[in-house]
Amino acid sequence: MSQVLPAEGGLRRVIGDGQALLDGEVDLTPEQHLDLYRGLVLLRTYDERSLVYHRQGRVGTYAIFWNHEAMQAGSAFALESRDWIFPSYRESAIGLLRGMPASTVLSWWRGHPAGWWNPEDYNVASICVPIGTHVPHAVGFAWGSRLKREDRVAIAYFGDGATSEGSFHEGATFAGVLKAPVILFCNNNQWAISTPVAAQTAAPTLADKAIGYGMPGVRVDGADVLAVYEATREAVARARTGEGPTFVEAVTYRTAPHATADDPSIYIDEERVEEEKENECVGRYERYLLRMGVLTDLEAEEVKQEALELMRTAIAEAETEAPADVSLVFEHALADPPASFADDLLELRRILGG
Amino acid sequence: MADLLLVEAVNDALHVEMERDAAVMVIGEDVGRLGGVFRATAGLQDRFGADRCVDTPLAEAGILGAAVGLCMAGWRPVCEMQYDAFSYPSLDQLINHVGRYRWRTRGKMSFPLVVRMPYGGGVRAPELHDDSPETYYVHTPGVKVAIPSTPADAKGLLAAAIRDPDPVVVLEPKLIYRTARGDVPEGEHVVPLGEARVARVGSDATLVAYGAMVPVAERAADALVGEASCEVLDLRTLKPLDESALLASAAKTGRVVVVQEAPRTCGYGAEVAAVLAEKAIFDLRGPVVRVTGYDVPYPYWQIEDAYMPSVERVADAVRRLLHL
Repeated sequence: MSQVLPAEGGLRRVIGDGQALLDGEVDLTPEQHLDLYRGLVLLRTYDERSLVYHRQGRVGTYAIFWNHEAMQAGSAFALESRDWIFPSYRESAIGLLRGMPASTVLSWWRGHPAGWWNPEDYNVASICVPIGTHVPHAVGFAWGSRLKREDRVAIAYFGDGATSEGSFHEGATFAGVLKAPVILFCNNNQWAISTPVAAQTAAPTLADKAIGYGMPGVRVDGADVLAVYEATREAVARARTGEGPTFVEAVTYRTAPHATADDPSIYIDEERVEEEKENECVGRYERYLLRMGVLTDLEAEEVKQEALELMRTAIAEAETEAPADVSLVFEHALADPPASFADDLLELRRILGG
Repeated sequence: MADLLLVEAVNDALHVEMERDAAVMVIGEDVGRLGGVFRATAGLQDRFGADRCVDTPLAEAGILGAAVGLCMAGWRPVCEMQYDAFSYPSLDQLINHVGRYRWRTRGKMSFPLVVRMPYGGGVRAPELHDDSPETYYVHTPGVKVAIPSTPADAKGLLAAAIRDPDPVVVLEPKLIYRTARGDVPEGEHVVPLGEARVARVGSDATLVAYGAMVPVAERAADALVGEASCEVLDLRTLKPLDESALLASAAKTGRVVVVQEAPRTCGYGAEVAAVLAEKAIFDLRGPVVRVTGYDVPYPYWQIEDAYMPSVERVADAVRRLLHL
């Protein structure tokens, strides 16, 4: 009989502060550390440049993920490439860690069809916009893979607000009952637009919900990339050995607006934001690596320049995509489209004068 | 040929299709050990194992959401919604994902899932066991919808749905689950989606119906013998609609009555009427008349017969059209 322990209260941490708080260690080679660092910097650069591009009118409304990079890169680093990622819009660029061109993600935010990828190319599902509704997809995928005796786990990313959704509850219920090899990864940034996590649940922690689904709940400092990596690695190991799902609650604090259209000054605690910014996740890992002698300032600068160059190329590529033809309005809705689609397109072309 | 009840034909289709294709699986509430509350899935778990006929938690959005993921893992899930109105929580997944995911992948991934459920009224059941929800499904892009009215079509349309690369919702008329009996081809039997069936040939008026309203239309045609020769068109698939069959029958008779048990406003009959108005107006000798349920919550079962389109209401509509 397996046993489910109450969720952890404190936050798991590996990275110290270089002073009173001691550094821990994880089982990674220097090369792996540098890979992980490159991933973090790539996501950070993507996010910061996207905000600039948005202000320049080059991408549309954009969901900022500044200071969420450690949660994304740390957890994805614990996966094999055959494992599937089910992102929400907050993880829109997580495919970059799987070799997806940044221009693809930029195109998504630009509303150009080039932004809609084939999930099988990267083992990254489509971006899920409605909150938490992809949780059952990840569970179904993981369960279905297990039924086919295929060694693939799935991870679903969602925010604190998503844990109030029925889809989360139903997906987690299925995951527990079916022992699906899935990781339910909650990026608890403590805000769902303007609604604080205290207004989402009366549970002491979100991880406490896990016990109700018969799975372990783990709490981790979401700005500590190594703690995120370790917690996810344990969850992946559980999934691979048939022990079923794990709920990971990664806790941080949202330092940026929910999205480009949001004005958090109306509701957020600015002092807390400043405090979090001081301790943001990329800088924390960078300082850790410098202390460990794994990274030099020069190397760090090179990594950042590479990422900037990649983004310069990516936005240029996204902007030179040929305009989408209106026929794409009708394409791909069905494998076998009805005759009316052709009639509608013909009429549309006649009216548009194409 | 086998002589089967409609619900037995559904069961037969599931057996045949699961035998034919090892990727087909059945999931839903009480579908495994019990074999479904209507026994539509009886015997599947014994025959194909608990991995391919799965009793799920009681969570309709979870069932359909998991089915999306199962498709991504290479399965062809057939989801049972226990009753028509119990499917409403799953509309979250249907609208947000099921009808959109293929498009989202620019056609690279297929979502060959089936949602099947007993639907409709007249069965003396508690609230929300009587609904006719086809319009919600028909109105969702990326989803096909079929409704059989005979045992042979119940088997053939379900087989077509299971083989279709796109999501298909199959609504099964529970009122006639165990009263409609007929010849059903043994073994593999497919009725292509999008092809209507002329259930009865006539020349004065066309009665357009589907599901449990087909026998009502047929009885109305019987009642009108001597007054009017009625054609009965069983649509079988609501989406895609067999427009050519509809237009051909309308051109022949010049009078069309559409029968549906769902509420009237924006119901499927409105779509039929709109298609006829756009494409057959000069063939018509009078307005398209709808005989429908009313725009009210489905009523208490002691008076539900007053809500359901009846032979008398259908015959009355035809007479009104004839005497314009």
